[in-house]
Amino acid sequence: MLAFIITAVVTFVTYLILTAGSGNFLLFWSPSEIIMGIFLSLIVGFITRNYLCKSKNYRMLNPIRWLLFIVYGFGPFFFAMAKANIDVAYRVITGKIRPGIVKIDPKLKTDYGITFLANSITLTPGTLTVDVDDNNVLYVHWINVPEGEEKKEYADINKVCGSFPKWTRRVAE
Amino acid sequence: MWTEYLIYIFIGIGLTFNGLGTIGLLRFPDVYTRLHAATKATTFGSIFTSLAVVTWAFTQLYLTGQAWGLTLALHTFVAIAALLLTNPVGAHAIARAAHRSGVLPKYAVVDKLEEVKK
Repeated sequence: MLAFIITAVVTFVTYLILTAGSGNFLLFWSPSEIIMGIFLSLIVGFITRNYLCKSKNYRMLNPIRWLLFIVYGFGPFFFAMAKANIDVAYRVITGKIRPGIVKIDPKLKTDYGITFLANSITLTPGTLTVDVDDNNVLYVHWINVPEGEEKKEYADINKVCGSFPKWTRRVAE
Repeated sequence: MWTEYLIYIFIGIGLTFNGLGTIGLLRFPDVYTRLHAATKATTFGSIFTSLAVVTWAFTQLYLTGQAWGLTLALHTFVAIAALLLTNPVGAHAIARAAHRSGVLPKYAVVDKLEEVKK
């Protein structure tokens, strides 16, 4: 039941964002649009209620996590992404690369956390997630492996992705 | 309006990074390094071109007061969110499929994934 309500509310909010500007009832929406939105989101929520909340774990409903997610998105994540692009631009122009696939063990437990960290790693400095195994160990393709890192069993996590595992633990676990 | 200059800056940054991503596709030696250029640079560039559209739409909303400016800006935000969520997942899927079908990284100093498979 809770899964149905969450799915319907998320669908309704998306519908409202997509139809903003259709009238001037309640600032931006027209009444007919809102009624149609409630009707459609109930149908979509009923059909897909078992997919969005598959894990039956509702800790992401906590608003503090949303706030931390926004802080993360505009602060460290955006800064790292800008740095990544300047780094890639430098490697495109000079062609200095030293590629390799290394293992890191971020010690995360949940599926949601590992997805979050893998996406963050793919979009930030010189790293690309290739595979995840059953113990949540990530295999990362690194475009510029520093000297000495290739001999270790697990690569230094601070050099691969900085403070991202810490932020992932705060936001998603 | 002063936002005109902001729009020019955003379009300039976006086109520069999109162009660098495309040049990277030609210059890098193998699948994985090409994916680096293709995903990071084009995602970042597309975000900045979309931000230029958002700035223009809000300027028009402020100048004319018509609702289509708001609609355009919000739809572009939705497009940015979809791009940010789906682009890394697609890159990950391509890299994993390439490694599973036996394409090894060229000039690699280390390949832990290949050691695990043996």
